[in-house]
Amino acid sequence: MTSAAPAVDLEDLRFRYRRGPEVLDIPALRVPAGRTVFLHGPSGSGKTTLLGVIAGVLLPTGGTARVLGRDLGGLPPGARDAFRGTELGYLFQLFNLLPWLSVEENVTLPVQLHPARRSRLAGETPRDAARGLLTRLGLAGLWDRPVAELSVGQQQRVAAARALIGRPSLVIADEPTSALDTDRRDAFLELLFEECSAAGATLLFVSHDLGLGARFDERLSLPELNRVPVTA
Amino acid sequence: MLTLRLALRSLANRRLTTILTIVSIALSVALLVGVETVRRGVRESFAGTIRGTDLIVGARGSGQQLLMSSIFGLGSAAGTLTWETYERWAAHPAVEWTIPISLGDSYYGYRVVGTTEAFLEHYRFRNDGRPTVAQGTWVSSDRDVVLGSEVAERRQLHVGDEIALTHGLRGTGILDHEEHPFRVGGILAPTFTPIDRSLYVALEGIEAMHAGWENGVPPASALPSLVMPGAESPPATGPPPAPTPAPQVTGDTDHAGHDHQLTAFLLGTKNRFESLRLQREINTDTAEPLTAILPAVSLTELWHSIGFAEDGARLISAAVLLVGLLGMLVSLYSTLQERRREMAILRSLGAGPGRIAALLVFESGVLSVLGVVLGVGLTYLVLLVGGGIAERHFGLFIPVTPPGTLEWAYMGGVVVAGLVVGLVPAWRAYRHALQDGLAIRL
Repeated sequence: MTSAAPAVDLEDLRFRYRRGPEVLDIPALRVPAGRTVFLHGPSGSGKTTLLGVIAGVLLPTGGTARVLGRDLGGLPPGARDAFRGTELGYLFQLFNLLPWLSVEENVTLPVQLHPARRSRLAGETPRDAARGLLTRLGLAGLWDRPVAELSVGQQQRVAAARALIGRPSLVIADEPTSALDTDRRDAFLELLFEECSAAGATLLFVSHDLGLGARFDERLSLPELNRVPVTA
Repeated sequence: MLTLRLALRSLANRRLTTILTIVSIALSVALLVGVETVRRGVRESFAGTIRGTDLIVGARGSGQQLLMSSIFGLGSAAGTLTWETYERWAAHPAVEWTIPISLGDSYYGYRVVGTTEAFLEHYRFRNDGRPTVAQGTWVSSDRDVVLGSEVAERRQLHVGDEIALTHGLRGTGILDHEEHPFRVGGILAPTFTPIDRSLYVALEGIEAMHAGWENGVPPASALPSLVMPGAESPPATGPPPAPTPAPQVTGDTDHAGHDHQLTAFLLGTKNRFESLRLQREINTDTAEPLTAILPAVSLTELWHSIGFAEDGARLISAAVLLVGLLGMLVSLYSTLQERRREMAILRSLGAGPGRIAALLVFESGVLSVLGVVLGVGLTYLVLLVGGGIAERHFGLFIPVTPPGTLEWAYMGGVVVAGLVVGLVPAWRAYRHALQDGLAIRL
């Protein structure tokens, strides 16, 4: 990827849900490429909505959102979906996995869905890539397990493997550690940093837990960036 | 096909609902195809009641009535025709064979048919099926009666038993021909046609038992029986005797058999193309008013006149199918809310709203295809296992044939309907996908 372009570059971004009030009004937000960035935001500050815009699932109602150098507002819906599937890894807070697929099938899903992502495996088969990642994340041998049999911590690591397969340029994490206890949280963060760095991916990590921020290259505060006040 | 694979996995995960939905669709399809197959079976069995006969001839009257009385043993004939008339037409150059029929007596509600060996030789049903004597022999004297299979079974009769036939078509006891008992000479093989519900005697037998019954009541004294030509015993004596003066039939107008009266006769032509011309000729016979009908045409007319029953059955099975499809809609729709999380995950992985909608359409497609396959399988299983039961208990012969055009159309229609039904939850999921973004709703 071109390291010159910031991973995320928002300008005068506005967003509102249909007929709803304005949720986001962000004059400027920039996430430099290749860094780990902590975005702090209490609940109700529009975190998930912002991530939806950055992932290209929601369209800005004003301003521009550039992700990895591309203006998402200018892309047709199909191209935005393909862009997200190819370039991004996404981690949810909880329940990241499809319960009807095995561990390995969950991890390989992004490369199955998008041929462009598969081509980034550099000759590795999806299965080998998935197993390699799972092994590094301490989940060796669980390949064919139904995901429901895993602990929450294991599930989040499987989700991390899925976000990282095929070396995405940007990994977005939406409070992925909130359900983990302190020890597991720290271990998970370590793994996430290592793997993002190995994949050369930018990490945008969102949390309400300010205590995590110290480990990141940069810290941003959503309530300071967003002109729309936090709603209770 | 990744979307299809995902749909299958997702369905497999909701095994119980999936199976129940498939079973409910399968049952509706089985009912639909089953009703269709039975309908076709009944229709074929009905249309096959009589084959190979080109014309049925009886006294002037309604064609339907003639068909019902002469072939199905239902109701009474419009009247009788004379032996001379029969002989005259039997000798017609276009006619190859004839089967005379004389009706009017019964046995516990079963019709007694007076006829000749020509019946055994020329009567055909379904695909070249012919009546065959399973036990004993065909009628060989005027005291012999041959039973249809159902008559023998229901009345517990065996070869050698003696029975008294009843004058008229209803009841027993009051006007039994006790002075002329019959001996069961043979029992016919099952045909699944009205033959099974009939008793066959020689025309001479009819004559003999009605000797002295010219007024429709038992004779004061027994009269010598008249013997018809072609009978093997007692020996025939010359040409048929001249008919006795005009029959004085009182009250029992459908009753033939007195004084060489016939109810009807079936005929086969030498050349099938002559049938229509011959029919016109018979219908315009100036010597005696007659009605000749083409059995196939009359059967079709009769079928159409009772066709509303099959429409009713079809309507009901279509309604059941509709309920089955609605059940699928409900089961897919009701899972949508809990699957919004799943949809958000797929969205985050780059699946477009269209793909998510397709996933649901595929699910309904898989459900309908499996439902149809299971339903059709079920139908054939029931037909193969239950076919014998239908034959034994209802005298209904349902041929097990591969699905016809209509069945295939039904099957295709169910799958298409299933896909259309799947569009409803798919559309809903599409809307969710656009609205929810990546928010995971629990």
